[in-house]
Amino acid sequence: MHLTLEFGGGLELLCQSVKIHNVDVDSPAGEEKLTMKDLLSWVRTNLIKERPEMFMKGDSVRPGVLVLVNDCDWELSGQLDTTLEEKDVIVFISTLHGG
Amino acid sequence: MEESEATTKKPRSRQCCICKDRRAALKRPKNLEQICRECFYDAFEEEIHKVIVQNQLFKPGERVAVGASGGKDSTVLAYVMSELNRRHQYGLELFLLSVDEGITGYRDDSLETVKRNEIQYGLPLKIVSYKDLYGWSMDEIVKAIGLKNNCTFCGVFRRQVRELIYFVFARPVVSLIPALDRGAALLKVDKLVTGHNADDIAETVLLNILRGDIARLGRCTSITTGEDGTIPRCKPFNFENLDDIDTYAYFKKLDYFSTECIYSPNAYRGFAREFIKDLERIRPRAILDIIKSGEDFRISTTTKMPEQGTCERCGYISSQKWCKACVLLEGLNRGLPKLGIGRTRGRNGQQRDAPQTNGGMKNIGSKQCGTLDF
Repeated sequence: MHLTLEFGGGLELLCQSVKIHNVDVDSPAGEEKLTMKDLLSWVRTNLIKERPEMFMKGDSVRPGVLVLVNDCDWELSGQLDTTLEEKDVIVFISTLHGG
Repeated sequence: MEESEATTKKPRSRQCCICKDRRAALKRPKNLEQICRECFYDAFEEEIHKVIVQNQLFKPGERVAVGASGGKDSTVLAYVMSELNRRHQYGLELFLLSVDEGITGYRDDSLETVKRNEIQYGLPLKIVSYKDLYGWSMDEIVKAIGLKNNCTFCGVFRRQVRELIYFVFARPVVSLIPALDRGAALLKVDKLVTGHNADDIAETVLLNILRGDIARLGRCTSITTGEDGTIPRCKPFNFENLDDIDTYAYFKKLDYFSTECIYSPNAYRGFAREFIKDLERIRPRAILDIIKSGEDFRISTTTKMPEQGTCERCGYISSQKWCKACVLLEGLNRGLPKLGIGRTRGRNGQQRDAPQTNGGMKNIGSKQCGTLDF
């Protein structure tokens, strides 16, 4: 499944300072759907090069990281249970920087 | 601002609970309302307007400096202030004010952002630098003293920069620092607004409790501070959650800078921030409720508060003979950078005032960078 991932608010520093990643992610073996939970574990394995604790806590994002799926807060689409579809755009923004 | 293409793509959320038309794009931490982008912009901006009006933060004709770091909070503040000033005819003369601590790889980059904001929002920009004011940049200070205690210098200088700006620019007094005289005629300032948000305030309430800093605990929740002869400064985002500010900045595609200061590990504040973010996840109102608790604290009349006098050298408020900035500068200039750092005070032949029960209260030396005093 083709997805666009965008990292902002300093999170891009964890993936070699690249903000936008066009990626192909498959559903886990034996599953039909790809959920945000699957995507997060994929991101952690494949994109995050350093300090994963700045991005994740447990199996979700660290509190203070905003997640938008197609420009909509993931709290409205079911957070970790959000089902992803082809060409979805997922944005991660860290709010934990000074302002 | 341009809309991103993604909005046209299969929304999975409900209807906006305000306009009942468009799809909701976010859920607000303060009331759990699910609202669309447009209604969010309106609600957010009108909340700020309400805070400004209800607290009578400004008078027409005032010159108001927006403390601008290039970060998201101050960028959103500059944008919203200039919008509201136009929309509601506040009649304010707004400008951006940045402090250049002289930190290569951090402040130089963030100042580039502020310079773009100057053009984007049509607000004039003034920059004051530590180098001009004190003869030392933070890079040079770190070179002299190392990475321990550098936040002390930065924090003390920052607090004093604010006052210097006021005393030198707003009140025609004889400047102690020639660099400031040169710009004095250009910059008159009645008020300073900063982008401190609800998360910052809640964090500071907790930190002040953890440090036993009763004097600051009483002040840190006020929307306006410094009316006692220092520059009045206010925080229009006092009740706005950090997540809302970030979401606003993202949706509006505002141009901001996000990198942590390279010198600041800031571990203590970091723990407090993480703690309130954890609380917020379980109960989104937690942050506003911590502020409420901070506001409602009553300080017992028998509590001894620190006394304030003025520094003999520069006239800045100080509880000692010399203010902290003068002691630190003296140390730097004499090649004794440890002067004024740490717990042992009492230079200049003076007594340690007050019994040590409130020792932590006035020890600016142990303050972390980023206290709400700027």
